[in-house]
Amino acid sequence: MMPEVPASVSLVWLVVLLPLLGFLANGTLSFARPTATRAVSAVGAGVLVAAFVVAVAVAVGVARGAPEEPYVVTYWSWMPAGELSVDLAFQVDQLSTVMLLVVTGVGALIHLFSIGYMGADPGYARYFSYLNLFVFFMLLLVLGASFPVMFVGWEGVGLCSYLLIGFWFEDKVNADAGKKAFIMNRIGDAGFLVAMFLIFQATGSLSFQEVFRQAPATFEVGGTTITLITLALFLGCTGKSAQIPLYTWLPDAMAGPTPVSALIHAATMVTAGVYLVARTNVLFALAPVSSLVVAAVGAVTALFAATIALKQWDIKRILAYSTVSQLGYMFLGVGVGAWTSGIFHLATHAFFKALLFLGSGSVIHALHHAYHATHRHEDAQDVRNMGGLQRHMPWTAALMWVATLAIAGVPPFSGFFSKDEILSRAFTRGHEAPVFYVLWAIGVAAAVLTAFYMTRMMLYTFHGPNRTGDKEREHLHEAPWIMTGPLVVLGVGAVAGGVLNLPHILPAAGWLDMWLEPVTETGALFLPELHLEAGTEWRLLLGATVVAALGIGTAWRLLDPAALRPAAEAPAELGFARVLARKYYVDEIYDALIVRPFVWLSDRVLWKAADAFVIDGVGVNGAAQVARFAGWVGTRLQTGHVGTYVGLFVLGTLALLRVLTR
Amino acid sequence: MAALLTGIGYERWVLDALLVLPLVGAVIVMLRPAAEAKRLALWVAVVEFVVSAGLWWTFEATAAMQFTVARPWIPAWGITYRLGVDGISLFLVLLTTLTMPLAVLGSWTYITERERPYYALMLVLTTGMLGVFVALDLFVFYVFWEIMLVPMYFIIGVWGGARRLYAAIKFFLYTFLGSLLMFVAILIIYVLVGRATGQYSFAYEHLLGNIAVAQPWAFWLFGAFALAFAIKVPMFPFHTWLPDAHVEAPTAGSVILAGILLKMGTYGFLRFAVPFFPDVALHPGVQATVVTLAVVGIVYGALVAMVQPDFKKLIAYSSVSHLGFVMLGIWALTLQSVQGAIVIMLNHGISTGALFFLAGMLYERRHSRDIAAFGGLAKVTPAFAAVLTIVSLSSIGLPGTNGFVGEFLVLVGSFGTYPWATVIATTGVIFAAAYLLWAIQRILFQKLDKKENEGLPDLSARELLVLGPMLACIVWVGVYPAPILRRIEPAAQALIMQVERSADPATTVARGTPDVD
Amino acid sequence: MLLGPALAVSAILFSIGVGGVLLRRNAIVIFMSVELMLNAVNLTFVALSQQLGPQGQVIVFFVMAVAAAEAAVGLAIMLAIFRHRETVDIEAFSVLRG
Repeated sequence: MMPEVPASVSLVWLVVLLPLLGFLANGTLSFARPTATRAVSAVGAGVLVAAFVVAVAVAVGVARGAPEEPYVVTYWSWMPAGELSVDLAFQVDQLSTVMLLVVTGVGALIHLFSIGYMGADPGYARYFSYLNLFVFFMLLLVLGASFPVMFVGWEGVGLCSYLLIGFWFEDKVNADAGKKAFIMNRIGDAGFLVAMFLIFQATGSLSFQEVFRQAPATFEVGGTTITLITLALFLGCTGKSAQIPLYTWLPDAMAGPTPVSALIHAATMVTAGVYLVARTNVLFALAPVSSLVVAAVGAVTALFAATIALKQWDIKRILAYSTVSQLGYMFLGVGVGAWTSGIFHLATHAFFKALLFLGSGSVIHALHHAYHATHRHEDAQDVRNMGGLQRHMPWTAALMWVATLAIAGVPPFSGFFSKDEILSRAFTRGHEAPVFYVLWAIGVAAAVLTAFYMTRMMLYTFHGPNRTGDKEREHLHEAPWIMTGPLVVLGVGAVAGGVLNLPHILPAAGWLDMWLEPVTETGALFLPELHLEAGTEWRLLLGATVVAALGIGTAWRLLDPAALRPAAEAPAELGFARVLARKYYVDEIYDALIVRPFVWLSDRVLWKAADAFVIDGVGVNGAAQVARFAGWVGTRLQTGHVGTYVGLFVLGTLALLRVLTR
Repeated sequence: MAALLTGIGYERWVLDALLVLPLVGAVIVMLRPAAEAKRLALWVAVVEFVVSAGLWWTFEATAAMQFTVARPWIPAWGITYRLGVDGISLFLVLLTTLTMPLAVLGSWTYITERERPYYALMLVLTTGMLGVFVALDLFVFYVFWEIMLVPMYFIIGVWGGARRLYAAIKFFLYTFLGSLLMFVAILIIYVLVGRATGQYSFAYEHLLGNIAVAQPWAFWLFGAFALAFAIKVPMFPFHTWLPDAHVEAPTAGSVILAGILLKMGTYGFLRFAVPFFPDVALHPGVQATVVTLAVVGIVYGALVAMVQPDFKKLIAYSSVSHLGFVMLGIWALTLQSVQGAIVIMLNHGISTGALFFLAGMLYERRHSRDIAAFGGLAKVTPAFAAVLTIVSLSSIGLPGTNGFVGEFLVLVGSFGTYPWATVIATTGVIFAAAYLLWAIQRILFQKLDKKENEGLPDLSARELLVLGPMLACIVWVGVYPAPILRRIEPAAQALIMQVERSADPATTVARGTPDVD
Repeated sequence: MLLGPALAVSAILFSIGVGGVLLRRNAIVIFMSVELMLNAVNLTFVALSQQLGPQGQVIVFFVMAVAAAEAAVGLAIMLAIFRHRETVDIEAFSVLRG
């Protein structure tokens, strides 16, 4: 039974259409009038603000209606083929509403920030057209009512990510990074496709409602099919959300403009995998092995990426590995069946990580201008070239500290609640199987490291003496209000986002749990009843606080920003620090084990040996040579001497006579 | 619209008109001064398209052959000039008539000498190709099949690149070898059916209806058909004529070759080889062979495309990969996969055609097809860059473009029949991204480091006019393919029913029953 | 009557002709050998016509006419070649070699 769609919810098409119109308008402008920056800003940011307003109206509609079943709005039949019927339809429920608000809300703020950050770029119109297009696809992703429609958004955001990472395409590194992102995403997407094939084979449908309705009856718990489906889906997630083994594209993706890193590679696109697992929670609940894989990969990624972040110097790369690590937490959450916690951390992370990225953007912006003013070519993203920036950029410094405390898990900032919730849920599952205790411990270890490397980054960037350069120092200044304004709004979110879902021992607790209950209740039926005693919960909260304090305190004591040298003079890393700084050589290993063998195989074996030599040379032209040789043998008989011809003629005649007169 | 067209008797004369018009046009082109040749050819091709466009509205979504024409040609041998269109051929006809005006327009500045014979041959080629798709008499089919070979041979051999003669002769002999075998097979079927029924006729329905009498020979007859079509598709390992022909052909030649000629192979499988000999086609050994070759073609074509230094050759190998999906879809024989296969045939014509146009536009500007000769073009030719990116994405199969719809339907439909082959084929989408993105990176992105590229002009209005319709199709088929799928469905359904019904039940069970409701 | 000896003479003449064509290198002699073969056949026709009726004799006239034409054309070709090459040795002519 599909519930009647309220009028405000049926406006959802407008949310999607607005960014698309923005893309078309800005795309046209980028060809027709690339210098019309005011029009581009108005359209680019305007459509996002308008989309956010409509999204709020949609959310109000959902809140009023409080539907048990999602609202599904169907527009047209997309791919009808026999029993396969894929409609272009949107599914509006509590989960997609949360995503809708995050995407349009954070998106609008980042669009506003971009006006200041990208204002001087010659590709301004192109930038905004890509950014609008990204939001369009992201909305398709979260609103799609079926796997294929979601997949349109899923691959579409990958495309925009590719275009925006390679936005400054003249640099080969940037173009390479974009391509790498797209191809690694595609590897995951192949998994998504296979999952869809399996689902269609098993249920004869690809629409969420139909599949989820059939799932409990069709699949047995822990069956092979459902395990394969969910593992294939998770392969898609590892690509899109940068988990082991497909995470290496995300740090490289920092080649794109910083607001892109904030929007696509921190707040929205990379969280699509978490959204997917939460969306298909029924399927994952039926496949405990897959869920465990999700949780384990998430936990290991969280720790692994955190260790790499310890030794990075590029401010954006630190944040990138931090993103990979935090996404790991989200997967740990959705993997242990705490889907709400995963989404909760997704939302709070969107606030504080977007804030961190935009803040780092402000810093890079300032350094870039300073170096530009003195014509020096130094790395404007290397923290070794920063230091003491709080004196020049107090707003940015303060706001980034807020976000740092949030991500480090210091109460009462938002990240404390969301991360603690994931860890405590993992801990609770430990009653059922001890492996969850291991995952919990890995998560705690990663939390210590998180607090440590974030404090390290902040210390080096904003504290101690300045290492930018004496002349450059005079040019350092705070960003304009169009950039700091969005930071303030995000800061409010980073501080207070925790109220969305407070622990059950506090008053007004579990609001998000209740909100998402219609989405997660079917999946929850297949999980053991999770119960945590108040005492244990208190102890876990306290422990989380200690963990955060431990990380921050250790960093504060161990690291001395005054001892740091500027990047150009810095000594090389030694020992394990070098392994960390080189990211465990994973890129090199992938290159040596996968990329180069494939290119070698294609070039030498398949093309030059198999295709050109065997098939075309020996086979096709060989056949032609055989024909030519037969002709050559024939011509040998043509001596040109009449005597030979006559002799043969006589012999032939005699032979013929012999045969005929036999 | 449909009522209006019916009012002027459209159904009765449309196919005749489509076949005759280009021939008349060719004669006029030859008779008029050379300066008018391209203008005349364009007009004829446009009128041809306008005439064919009516098929879209008047075609009824049923399995029946429509717009049929039947006139005795050589009654003594049972040869009838018999034409008709169903859901399988409808879009190939429309694709042909859409491609031809664009091909003429795309040759506008490329062909500078011997214009009259060039444009006349293009028009003759149109008739040949349309004839193949609408013929319902096997003799007439064969005649058109060979007719189309001749103009293409001359187009490559006369107006082609440096190694044009080698490529043209290779193309001709290779295709001819297959088609002669096919002709022998046609004659054998004709004689066998004639002997058994007493009625000697080449009519498609007649032969199809009585094909059971050819049962003892079925394997060899199927082999002859399959070889002819496999060369044309081209299936791995019969594909090596394709890169040579593509590279040497003039732009429009490559476009037509990739866009339409290759589809004759897959069309042949759908129309003749599979429905005539379902037992052989569904024989486990044959299935294994065809599906393996299709999947090998998908992966192999993509990998070899990845390392090509020549842009046109890259596109040529990508065709091997794309057509592998079509073969997989045909052999999987589910409603989704067959519909998907037909949609890919259409898509490949649009996307690869557009890619060849773009490669040709680069060649006209720089006289090089070498990817390494470019770099950073997005800076000087932004419109070209935008179009090349969109077309590449369509070829990669990005959802929202046409490429996705076909590939998705084929894969989702084939999975039930051949799960492993489908999974391997799915990796083809990864490699497709690798080779095309790498190529466009080296052409469009990175530094503009070659002086020759600095002053390149962006797309002209004429070039935009060529690419515009293709871009429109890319988006349209990607976003709203339902009207197309609805027109294909009954014919695809009928084909599957036909095969399932006549196939030996034992093999069908062994193969697993496909999902057909 | 004398059929046996006539056929024997014919066979000997024919063999001499064949031997001449095969073994001699002078084109003129080869021509003469060809004529010999033709006339050997003529002799056979004539001899057999005694038993089989007059058709054989009609053929003989036909053969003679053809032989005359052949000799005329052949000698003309030889003459043309001789002007060109200054020899009628057939070993020297191999322009038809493939």
